[in-house]
Amino acid sequence: MLHLVNKSPFERRSMESCLRFAAKGSAILLYEDGVVAGLKGTAFADLALGMAKHYRVYALVPDLAARGFSESQLVEGITPVGYDGFVDLVAENGPVQSWV
Amino acid sequence: MSDTEDDASAKKFMFLTRKAPHGTIYAHEILEAMLICGAYEQDITALFIDDGVYCLKKGQDTKAINIKNFAKAYGAMDGYDIEKVYVDKSSMEARGLTPKDLMLDVEVKTAEEIGRLMEEQDVIITG
Amino acid sequence: MKFTVIVNEGPFIHQAADSAYHFVNAALAKGHEIERVFFYYDGVKNANKVSEPQSDDRDIVKLWGKLGSEKGVDLVVCVAAALRRGVKQENLAEGFRISGLGQLMQACMDSDRTIVFGD
Repeated sequence: MLHLVNKSPFERRSMESCLRFAAKGSAILLYEDGVVAGLKGTAFADLALGMAKHYRVYALVPDLAARGFSESQLVEGITPVGYDGFVDLVAENGPVQSWV
Repeated sequence: MSDTEDDASAKKFMFLTRKAPHGTIYAHEILEAMLICGAYEQDITALFIDDGVYCLKKGQDTKAINIKNFAKAYGAMDGYDIEKVYVDKSSMEARGLTPKDLMLDVEVKTAEEIGRLMEEQDVIITG
Repeated sequence: MKFTVIVNEGPFIHQAADSAYHFVNAALAKGHEIERVFFYYDGVKNANKVSEPQSDDRDIVKLWGKLGSEKGVDLVVCVAAALRRGVKQENLAEGFRISGLGQLMQACMDSDRTIVFGD
């Protein structure tokens, strides 16, 4: 299954909810403002590191770039993807839950 | 068991409400979509988590804010054979709610059970 | 694979419509089929042809319309959501059509995946 998180954890609790319900091993894609949840050096970086140990975590590069960040700033274990990778994640992973 | 569960061609639809009523229209339009879906004889699960559990609170009175009290229509779910109505245990507890505070008979599920339920769906509609 | 895409927000507050648009293009480029794009909630504002973005901004109403008219993507605006928000046949952008929630359910039934883009 694929979970989509599109909000900053500083603004909303959607990532927290996602982690509460998502079965271990699921795929989680951070996109739109959600990409900041995957960055090094933030108050959520430890959470992101832990998340990447239990889930397959991805971040959308066009949304990182739009906000002035690069994939090298993602914590270890988070895989950068483009929109084509987004499509592959949807195709390869069962139902999609959007944590909007 | 309802007929739809026996029908192999029926898809599993989950309608997920995570937002409180009235402050935004999200919960209202999810309910409208769910009731339409009810006419298609699909296998429907109505799930309320996070602030979505507030949608089922008894005694909502919107007269003084002059907004349509859409929550009354949750009572119509039964008529559309929407019998799987679940709320998240931790969301209820965090808000000090118990099933007797709610307008419908619901089944309380743990986060782990809900996670598994999500995995079983074909379609998850939320807003 | 067949995808149904649901767009829940209008184009001038949230990024949801843009994300959905880029997703649909990437899916088509990879050879997937878009069964339908269904516009719900404020998403119906993606079909309002009298909206005029500033000249240096993307015109997503026109971009969607092109996907509809040139690539044959079925762009359906929910009638109940649209009436509430003043989107009607007379201001409906090219490439879109107005129909009921049944069109969403049917698309979901006929698709392998359904993806919601919202706030």
